[in-house]
Amino acid sequence: MEGFLPHPWWEVWYALSLPVVAYGIYRMNRLVKERRETLPLLALAGAFIFVLSSLKLPSVTGSCSHPTGTGMGAILFGPALTAVLSLIVLVYQALFLAHGGITTLGANVFSMGIAGPAVGYLVYRGCTRLNLHFYLSIFLAATLADWATYLVTTLQLALAFPSATGGVVGSFYAFGTVFALTQVPLALVEGVVTALIFKYIIQVKGDVMVKLKVIDEKGLGKLREAIPA
Amino acid sequence: MKGEIIAGLAIILFFALFLYVAASNTGADWGGADGEAEGVIAELTEGTYEPWFEPLIEPPSGEIESLLFSLQAALGAIVIGYFFGYYRGKQSA
Repeated sequence: MEGFLPHPWWEVWYALSLPVVAYGIYRMNRLVKERRETLPLLALAGAFIFVLSSLKLPSVTGSCSHPTGTGMGAILFGPALTAVLSLIVLVYQALFLAHGGITTLGANVFSMGIAGPAVGYLVYRGCTRLNLHFYLSIFLAATLADWATYLVTTLQLALAFPSATGGVVGSFYAFGTVFALTQVPLALVEGVVTALIFKYIIQVKGDVMVKLKVIDEKGLGKLREAIPA
Repeated sequence: MKGEIIAGLAIILFFALFLYVAASNTGADWGGADGEAEGVIAELTEGTYEPWFEPLIEPPSGEIESLLFSLQAALGAIVIGYFFGYYRGKQSA
């Protein structure tokens, strides 16, 4: 949607996203230096975003949208690092695919890289505290991260284009039927697929997840027992 | 196996839902949500809004656009496949 976010909104979202991305780059550098063993998982989280955000899927509303794939990164590494991973994908799509855009990059990084992952991260932490089943927590976190991304996109557009009659709320509904509704089935599928991938991560790299404090030793042991070798 | 079955069912249900909407329809054109949002903007501003910036490079055709999207998916899939292949192989060695 290149050029579709007017002044001053495109600057506002750039200003909000930049510090988070800068902090994410700082954190990523430190993580890779201090805990080299997390690097493959970081690559996996980035690759997952690459695949999922390239899949334009048809939805019940008769239009197509794509999942975000950011839930995994958010659960493993938190929102700041996920913002950096999302930035890579968004720049690729903006530069070569005319999808997204350079002027809307700030807004897109904010919705897909920061707000969505922040929701996913908080939901996952909340679920763990409530002692919900591990895979259910992953499902909820990834689904809501995806959905929150599009809710924020809806809000961003509503703020920039308030309706003459209904104001921001009126346009929020108008854009909501386009984004938030279309995204519901996609978000659910993304949640299920992310949960399944986590089963495989538990199998091969569960120890690194303990180091990243995603799960504890005891929880990992239990999950591993549940997977037949 | 339970996880795979649940994921498989969810994906089948997702496409069944799509086929149902496609069959019972209403002339949906399956365009991108982005494009529809641009339509909503046109409606809200009564067609007065002009995008103030053009994409620097636009894929010359739909085919080339889907090529670039597939390339993106393929790159990601290679990394994911390498990751799981490498560490599974290491485990069973």
